[in-house]
Amino acid sequence: MVTAVTSFGRSGVSDWLVQRVSGVILLAYFLFIGYVVLTGVDYLSWKALFAQTWVRIFSLMALLSLAAHAWIGLWSVLTDYLTERLMGKTGTVLRITLQLLIDITIFVYVVWGVQILWGY
Amino acid sequence: MRLPITAWASITHRASGVFIFVGMAVLIWALDASLRSPESFYSLQQCLSAPLAKIVIWAVLAGLIYHTVAGVRHLIMDIGIGESLEGGVLGARLVFALSAVLMVLAGVWIW
Repeated sequence: MVTAVTSFGRSGVSDWLVQRVSGVILLAYFLFIGYVVLTGVDYLSWKALFAQTWVRIFSLMALLSLAAHAWIGLWSVLTDYLTERLMGKTGTVLRITLQLLIDITIFVYVVWGVQILWGY
Repeated sequence: MRLPITAWASITHRASGVFIFVGMAVLIWALDASLRSPESFYSLQQCLSAPLAKIVIWAVLAGLIYHTVAGVRHLIMDIGIGESLEGGVLGARLVFALSAVLMVLAGVWIW
């Protein structure tokens, strides 16, 4: 049995809802970025776009959605396949180790993204 | 493995999710280079015109396309559409067909 201590919201219903809300935000963001890139950009127009406050807010919203979405999604995958039932103690050790690496990666993505949005 | 198409749609959704989580590093790196300076924007353009870079970008976009289309299917099913067995099979087929078309279009755009 896998306990919920490493899940995002400590509640399945909460994770379910956050996964959907973050998914919709990410969908909107990727459609927005896709549209902009497809219409063609040069450095100046691209830079001007990301200089706008609303674009930075939208980008940070997408970044935080990505963090929650990836946490919930990868937690679901890890707790389905790397379990004590399937592999004994190794399953738990492997799962917690990978969970930690994933969470560190998510943290790096968020801080890196914030630096890109506000640092240049 | 002989599995129903709905199972393939689900496994592919998971696999593409894991893949684009890693691929996100490439996209954030590209965003970094595109906004850092005019020089890094230019060198990113040069870098992305290399055949290997095009394959990497296409692969990440393909994963993103499949995961997005399959995710929208989840949202549609959440509001109660296509929850029957037939609906599930049809939905899975539509997801594979639509994302294949979009992946080809992404390839056309990249090359």
